[in-house]
Order: sequence, then C-alpha cells, then structure tokens
Amino acid sequence: MKRLVLILMLMAAPLWAVEPDEVLDDPALETRAREISSGLRCLVCRNESIDESNASLARDLRLLVRERLVAGDSDREVVDFIVDRYGEYVLLEPRKDGANLLLWWAGPGMLILAALVAALYVRGQRVQPGSEPEALSADEARRLDEVMKDE
Amino acid sequence: MITEFGHFALILAFCIALVQAIVPLVGAAKRWPGWMAVAIPAAQAQFLLITLSFAALTYAFVVSDFSLRLVVLNSHTDKPLIYKISGVWGNHEGSMLLWVLIVALFGATVAWFGTALPPSLRARVLAVQAMIGAAFMAFLLWTSNPFLRLAVPPMNGEDLNPLLQDPGLAFHPPFLYLGYVGLSMTFSFALAALIEGRVDAAWGRWVRPYTLAAWVFLTIGIALGSWWAYYELGWGGFWFWDPVENASFMPWLLSVALLHSAIVVEKRESLKSWTILLAILGFGFSLIGTFITRSGLLTSVHAFANDPERGMVLLLILAVFMMAGLILFVVRAGTMQARGVFGLGSRETMLVINNVLLAVAAFIVFVGTLWPLVAEMFFDRKLTVGAPFFDTAFTPFMVVLGIILPVGAMLPWKRGKIGSVMRSLMPAFLLALAVAALIYAMQSGKSALAPVGMFLGTWLVAGALVDLWGRTGRQGWQQRLGRMRRLPRADWGKAVAHAGMGVTMAGIAGLMAWESEDIRVAQVGDRFEVSGYTIWLRAVNEVPGPNYRATRAEVALSRGSESIGTVFPEKRIYPVAGMPTTEAGIDNGFLRDLYVVIGDKQEGGGWAVRTYVKPLANWIWGGAILMALGGFLSLSDRRHRVAAGARKSVAGGVPAE
Repeated sequence: MKRLVLILMLMAAPLWAVEPDEVLDDPALETRAREISSGLRCLVCRNESIDESNASLARDLRLLVRERLVAGDSDREVVDFIVDRYGEYVLLEPRKDGANLLLWWAGPGMLILAALVAALYVRGQRVQPGSEPEALSADEARRLDEVMKDE
Repeated sequence: MITEFGHFALILAFCIALVQAIVPLVGAAKRWPGWMAVAIPAAQAQFLLITLSFAALTYAFVVSDFSLRLVVLNSHTDKPLIYKISGVWGNHEGSMLLWVLIVALFGATVAWFGTALPPSLRARVLAVQAMIGAAFMAFLLWTSNPFLRLAVPPMNGEDLNPLLQDPGLAFHPPFLYLGYVGLSMTFSFALAALIEGRVDAAWGRWVRPYTLAAWVFLTIGIALGSWWAYYELGWGGFWFWDPVENASFMPWLLSVALLHSAIVVEKRESLKSWTILLAILGFGFSLIGTFITRSGLLTSVHAFANDPERGMVLLLILAVFMMAGLILFVVRAGTMQARGVFGLGSRETMLVINNVLLAVAAFIVFVGTLWPLVAEMFFDRKLTVGAPFFDTAFTPFMVVLGIILPVGAMLPWKRGKIGSVMRSLMPAFLLALAVAALIYAMQSGKSALAPVGMFLGTWLVAGALVDLWGRTGRQGWQQRLGRMRRLPRADWGKAVAHAGMGVTMAGIAGLMAWESEDIRVAQVGDRFEVSGYTIWLRAVNEVPGPNYRATRAEVALSRGSESIGTVFPEKRIYPVAGMPTTEAGIDNGFLRDLYVVIGDKQEGGGWAVRTYVKPLANWIWGGAILMALGGFLSLSDRRHRVAAGARKSVAGGVPAE
C-alpha cells in the first residue's frame, strides 16, 4: 500500500518519462543519454530509473544528463558528475567495491556452498543400506583372510 | 449495529483461536482424544466468525457507512460497487482482516477434509495454524482495528486510491494473500511433523496440495500485479525489482522449490529435513513480505519508521514464529530418516539441483532487497540495489534452471541414464537450437538475450510435449494420442506448467530485446510511423467518468493498407483524491502489443504521444496463466484429492510420474 501512496505522490505532478521537448536532436547523443538515464535512480521514486519516472526531479536529472552530454562529457564523466552531486544512492547498479563486494559475492558464494552441501548429501545417501556395500577396509580384509585360513 | 457485531465476532474468533492453539496441542501430547478433537469444531467456528466479521466490514463499505473511520478513509458514494467491495482490502486494516480470514479458511479445510490424517497430527497442525491466526488477530485488534468508529461522521468519504480502482489491482491483493497464507499451512504441517517426530509419504501427500495451491495463487497474484504495472504506469514496464515485488517473489521461488522437494518426500521418502526447512522458510519469507509491505521499511529508505508500531509488532511475530520453527527444526530434524536412496543420474538428483538453484536465487533476491538497509546501518553507505543488479545476479539461475528442466522432468526416479533421456529429447533440443540460431542470424548481432530466451522457450515447450508423448507407450500414433488424452491430470499439469515457464521466459526475452519506442508531439489529425505501423491521432476529447474526468484520445492503428483497430488511451483525474492516472491504449496481439499513451497538451498546440511496439508482451502473462492452469490441473488430479491422501500411504511403489 505504501508504494501506491508513493507512486501517487509522484503522479501528483502529471509529467511523464522522457517528454518530446527533452529529446536531443543528435540521435547518437540521445541514445547515450537514454542508456545513462536507465542506470540512474529517480531519487524520490521506488526502484525506477529516471528514464522511466514521471517525477519532476527525474526530469531535472534527465535534462542535466543531456546538458553534460552536449557539453562534451564522456558517459563516465556524466555519471561521476551526478554521483558527486547526489551520492551513490542514484546508481541503480551498486558499485563493486568495499562492502558491496559482499553483496556481489553473496550469490556465487552461496551457490558454491549449496552445491557442495548438495553434492555431499547426494553422495552420502548413496552408500546407505540398500545400495552397494562399501569395499572392505584393509583391517577387515586381513581378518577375513584369517577367518578363511582357520576354516 | 452490524459493525459492532462484526467487531465482536472478530474478538470471539481470537478467543477461540487461543483455545485452539493450546488445547489440541496438550491433548496430542497426553494422547487425550477429547482434547485433540477440540481443534475441529474450533477451526470451523473460527472460520465462520471471521467470515461474519469480514461480511460486516464489507457491508459497511457497500452501504458507505461513514461512521466507520476505515470507510471514510477509503471509500466514496460515487464509486462503482465493485470498487466499494475491493476497497475492503484496498487498505491496511481491511487487508489484514482478509489475511486472517484466509488463515482460518485454510485451517478449516484441514478440519473438513482431514479425516484421514492421524488424529494427533491433525490436532497439531490445527493448533499451529491457530497460533498464526491468533497472532495476526491480536495484531489486528490492537494495532489496526478496522472497526473503529468516528464520533462525528463526515458527509462523504475520501475515496479509494484511484490506482486501486482498476480490475487488475482490485484482485491482485486477495490472490497474493491466498498464496502467502497458503504457505502458513505448509508451515503448520512442518511444525506439526517436527513435534510429532515423523515425516513420511503421507505427510508429503498432504503438504503438496497446499503448496501447490499457495504457488498457484502466488503466480496469479504476481502476474496480476505485473500486468497492472504494464498497462497502468504508462510506459509498459512489467517488473521493477521493487522491494515490495521482491517480497512476493521470494515466497514464490521457495514455494516452487518446496513443491518439487515435497514430491521427493511423497514418492521417495527422501529430502525430508530439507523439505521441512523449506516449508519453514517459505512461510518466513511470506511474513517478511508482509513486514516489508506494511512497515514501509524498504519502499524507500526515507520512509523508515513510517509506521513503527505496526512494523515492530510484525517483526516480533516474524521473529517468534521463525525462532520457534528453526529451533524445533534443529532439535528434531535428526529424527527424520530418509528411506529412499538414489543414484547420481536420477530425478531426485535433478530435483536437488532444482532446489539449490531456486533457493540460492531466492537468497540473492533477499540479499539484494535488504542490502540498502544493511549498507546504511553497518557501512554508512546510502545506496540503491536496482534492476541492473538483479538482472546480472539472478537471471543466470533461471537460465540454468530452464536448461536442466526438461531433462530432470523425464529422468526416472532412483536411477536413470541421462544419455537415454537426452536421446528422446534430441528433437526438442535441435528445434530449440535452430530457433535460437535463426533469431541470432535475423537480428544482426545484437544482444544474446533474444536467442537465449527463444532457445529456452522452445526447449521447455517442446520438452514438455516430448515428455507427454513419451508417456503414451509404443503403439501407433492414434492409440498414443488417445492415451495422451487419458494421461493423469498431474502429468498434464506438470507439462502445462513447465511449458508456461518457457512461454514466460520467451516473452520476457522478446519484450526486452525487441521493444521499440517513439516519443513525439502530434497534432490532432497527424499520422506517423513507428516500426512499420501507422499511428493516426484522430481526436482528443474530454470524457466524464463515474468518479473521474478523462482526457481521451482516439488513435487509429494500421499497417500498410490494413487497418488494425482503434485504441483509446486516457488520462484520468480523480477529483476527490486529486490524483491523475494514465490508462494506456493497448492493441493486444499474439506476437506484439501496440501500446499508446496520451500525455499533456503542449504549449505550441498538439499532444505528447508515446507509442511502443512491444513484441511478445502477452506471452509473459500467457505463460503465467499456463503455469497457474498447470497447477490447477495437478490439484484436480484424483491422486491429490485431499481426502484420498493418507489412506494410501505406502511409499514403496513408485507410480508412473
């Protein structure tokens, strides 16, 4: 319900994502602008990028991105410029550094762990009663020999 | 008067739930049949009382009783009747009442149909279920009472959130709750089994239909929500990786895992403790979902402590049930002896891999959802985990899952040869490969997304067909077709659900890879081209609705000389709530949707118009419908009819699934 309230608050300003007057004349620059915008978070929305969002703040950011591109910044410079101003929070894809490595490695790490446990389980349960008996240990073999000799 | 009656019924139901939570449990421990039997009438009475209570609240909404605070906040006399009714659960208090109603409903099904269950297990299941019900009723009565009156009733209400006045969203919450709460039933069965110290095939047979039902409802609920986002938010997104969405997706993933591992328990008496753990965690994620949605904790980091009291109580409920479940699990899981053993190349192994993939995928969603909170609390970093992270970290799991699925579905139990299964699947595999190659060649070296998605889609659908065909024996094709029709419904359900998964995967890939978009200012009368389609803005009118005003455009669509149809995108203003909404004009097609949105009037004249061509969009929800249909087919199978369950509890023989 909260998210709806939030969406509503945003929709109170009846704007919508990328408006015709924002679009740059140079199609190559516009494509770059769209790509950059889809990785930047609209600060007042749920997990929406500024490319998708209706909020007026998102529009401001979209215009800013385009301004920087027209001024000749590279994609990286544009993103850095925006991160400097608004903080890491605007990045939809968290950076792969510092503590965030925990986030990025959580999945692969868990997969390895789970695969190990599962493999051990699958192997372990195969040698339970009902499946092939284990080979005799050296001790057992010797004892068997002794018993056989005694016969 | 009716309101007070409803309030009283709820309090009474709470008291009965308390009795039902304690007496049968003591009875089962002491082997007192009379005490155990208390659970059955109690569960029925509890359900009846909450139904009455819910009906009383619904009545208040229908007659617009504005002496009720909840009705004032969420209704209006001008609202169409259907949204007056859906307004009952379109708010926190009412939706919690629906929640406890469903808890009681699931409990009552055990009371009605559970005659074949061992009495002590039945008593314990109902006692645990009543504990869950009692906890939530206490939450409802003390922190979110829907029956509060106002001393001075206003003349009219403040209207339901306009976004909720929509068929998709009206029925999205009830289905999700049916799913969430369905997992409470498997949780109750898991805890009862732990207390009992016994998990056998009969237990698996009982848990499966409940898991299946929960999963079907979750699937429908999630699909409805995603469909709603698609047509309502004005740009056709269908999934945002939003915390609230993730909250419903994690239980879905775990219920898929549980569904499959419960099969292993039922058919092979293996994977018992893992299945119990999944049942506990599945409900845990449902509770986490409720917590995330209600507390406002994660919707936005700034909204933290939005509703601290409710959030804390929910967190407490979550903590108590999870602690109890996990402690019981640690203490008793050792007693669960696996009976069936299996070789490396067996369906059991494949289902273990399925479970590993699904559980880790759910774990990734969990970590990604909570990471912003963790990073802020412990590392002092305010950051966002958005769609790019989930796309990277989550998608590979689904791809691998899709690749192994048809093989696992056909491998025999206990011991099989992957080689021979692969031989029968070879046509499906080659077909899928050909489709992928064709698409790769056609799209001139763009992303791998579309070929991979189409490969998986074809592979899953064709694999499901091969599986069905393979079950029909070796006679001529007429006999085989006839036999295919008579295959058990569970077999059909499995094939349909797996194929649905493929359809959804293909749809997602197609939409994401091939979507095209056009944004422009158009004058009334303008025609323009978007990816080969001609869009003709014929008129823009102001149209009054029952409780809103709409700006409605008339847009004719054609391709070449062939007319496709006319769509009417709208922009609505709900004056009472003071909110605008967009209603996209969508021409639905099998292979593509044409999606037109009308925007604001421009200063220089004309209207902003956005047009999207969305290939395969409907496949996403079509696949979800197939999955749900598969679930229903499987549920309706004779072998699953709930009462038939425990009577045939022999585990040794493996039926032909």
